[in-house]
Amino acid sequence: MARGRIAYLNARLLDPASGLDAPGALLVDDGKIADFGPHLFRDGAPSVREVVDCQGHCLAPGLVDMRVHLREPGEEYLESIDGLGDAALAGGVTEAACLPNTHPPIDDVPVVEFIARRAREAKKVKLTCYGALTRGLAGTEITEIGLLQQAGAIAFTDGDKATANAKLLARAMKYAASFDAMIVQHPEEPSLAEGGLVNRGELASRLGLSAIPPEAEVIMVERDLRLAAMSDARLHFAHVTTAPAIAAIAEARARGQRVTCDTAPHYFALNETAIGDYRTYAKVSPPLRSEEDRRAVVQGLAEGVIDAVASDHAPHDQDSKRLPFAQASFGVIGVETLLPLTLELYHNRHLSLLEALALVTERPASLLRLPAGRLKKGAPADLVIFDPDKPWRIQEENLASQAKNTAFDLRPVQGHALLTVVDGRRVYCAPDGPFA
Amino acid sequence: MAAASTDIVYPHEHLLGIEGLNPFEIQAILDLADRYVEQNRQDDKTTPILKGRTLINLFFENSTRTRTSFELAAKRLGLDVINISVATSAIKKGETLVDTAMTLNAMHPDILAVRHGDSGAVALLAQKVNCAVINAGDGSHEHPTQALLDAVTIRRRKGRINGLTVAICGDVAHSRVARSNIQLLHTMGAQVRVVAPPTLLPPAMDRFGVDIFTDMEAGLKDVDIVMMLRLQTERMQGSYVPSVREYYYYYGLDRAKLGFAKEDALVMHPGPMNRGVEIASDLADDIDRSVIREQVEMGVAVRMACIDLLTRNQARRVAAVDG
Repeated sequence: MARGRIAYLNARLLDPASGLDAPGALLVDDGKIADFGPHLFRDGAPSVREVVDCQGHCLAPGLVDMRVHLREPGEEYLESIDGLGDAALAGGVTEAACLPNTHPPIDDVPVVEFIARRAREAKKVKLTCYGALTRGLAGTEITEIGLLQQAGAIAFTDGDKATANAKLLARAMKYAASFDAMIVQHPEEPSLAEGGLVNRGELASRLGLSAIPPEAEVIMVERDLRLAAMSDARLHFAHVTTAPAIAAIAEARARGQRVTCDTAPHYFALNETAIGDYRTYAKVSPPLRSEEDRRAVVQGLAEGVIDAVASDHAPHDQDSKRLPFAQASFGVIGVETLLPLTLELYHNRHLSLLEALALVTERPASLLRLPAGRLKKGAPADLVIFDPDKPWRIQEENLASQAKNTAFDLRPVQGHALLTVVDGRRVYCAPDGPFA
Repeated sequence: MAAASTDIVYPHEHLLGIEGLNPFEIQAILDLADRYVEQNRQDDKTTPILKGRTLINLFFENSTRTRTSFELAAKRLGLDVINISVATSAIKKGETLVDTAMTLNAMHPDILAVRHGDSGAVALLAQKVNCAVINAGDGSHEHPTQALLDAVTIRRRKGRINGLTVAICGDVAHSRVARSNIQLLHTMGAQVRVVAPPTLLPPAMDRFGVDIFTDMEAGLKDVDIVMMLRLQTERMQGSYVPSVREYYYYYGLDRAKLGFAKEDALVMHPGPMNRGVEIASDLADDIDRSVIREQVEMGVAVRMACIDLLTRNQARRVAAVDG
């Protein structure tokens, strides 16, 4: 029976999980990967509804962006779930994990269900969400971790706020461990970071901007590693940016501790000089660091200490960015540029193509225990076809995202999603690509 | 008296900071200011060479001296002056800086003097308006007219800037005056020292090309100029220094500490002074050592020079378009 069967022929199959990198074909049946491999269809044409000739381009699992700021519910004017879907699919991202800092925050079961329903209705990118670790993200009372997890929350975090209270965090870790729930920390010691805008150093001093010492990160990381060791909790540090923090995580892991971490493209593709003359589009939290730390992040990725790359996509409108630096919001969009920026690690020869791709597919999916990010028979057919070499220039006005606050405007990059597939459905087609 | 020369000595559209000015441009401003000092000492202080133009003083932070100085400077050149003080205006009610710029554009000012509490805010405004902008102080970033008036004062007293040793003392970390002065003094060939408790020094100060001291005796030894900075009240009590008493004991300028400097060293202060906090009262009033009042006088002349040069520049731009 041919209904719902789609054959992708003449592809370069990439699967970071199994190490597959070979020419071949892939068959989708009823929204799932039915079969794939170098020898598929060798014995003759399949009986299918549709044949897609990949023309030798890469066919890989769709990207999993494990850190996205969702603006719905509460701030739909910045980006709706629908709008996030358009941006994500244009970037080859088929699944995104949303932080709980919505309004209301994701600290209660109905909010998890609301987001799941809205994502189903939008029928674009797949969304999962983090649950708030503390009620109202206020850092004082633990949320219903068990019930939230049952409703679909994949991990627990206070989003872009550090969970500062050591006693509460230790208790939350202990409690979460019984559900084997992962806790994600924004590693920045809040009293050291208070009022700070940029990384401490010469640039901050010259610009007269109040600074955050890079030590704020490692201090929090080291404290939390100790706290996690008290309960054998699964701890994950979001967006690590400094050499000492990466070293501390590597050491803890060598001791056998269950700890993981990610970083965002701006921490390996930019340094603090991107702020230049008060560019608020480069104002992020944690702040862009020194060149030395940027290199340490690249090395952390190359050595596998950093498990994943997540965009930390944070849409803002111009009104919250066209302000004096001190008043502007923190954050940049990134879901749409995650692929080409991660591929810079490959083009700059820090990682192989499969290794770079793993950072945005199989690795984050494994961390969040999602059935995504790999080519596997029976798995949902969430796929991306891309050209890893295609040169293009990131331009604000050409991005699908409604919010334009990218830190990478005018940056020349390589690699572009040509076709994005979710559950076997063709959901994005590059307008200038061969599948249009 | 004023500005008969048509040479374009200041090729910039705005004056947003000392950073980016070369020694010749700074010298041109100082030379012109010198001529305005003489004019300001005449009975008839006004030469309405800029009659019909408008200066708007846009102050997002309270200030009396700087605003008055700009107002006086502009009036002596014949400009119309409007003062907008944001503490008392609609801008505080949620209007953004860019909205403000749009509103001001519609009023066709020729020049804006802007003070804002956030570093970089004046440059942001300058991108959005279509007239010349003078930075009258932005956050902890720059205060270029202050550095220029300090330079005029030094040059008139010492005959030069090149080769002098200048100690900048006090709250360097939060001081826009210090940043502008370090830039200017370096550009003009002076040696700069900073003297402050470590909590009031900005991070990476060693990258500024200054000599750093945390002790007044060592820091003031053999300097030609002692430049004191104002310590903001909110930083006195425990957050940066433990108390006014301790601060004055170690860093307040009195005759004993001034004794370490050269015999003819001058004392400067951008004002307003905290007497008994960063400077002894009698020293501040000693006309042999303190040039604090002279600084205020030079302020008007320097601002006249800046307004003159920036509007002259506009005339050139118009001419370029017409031609």
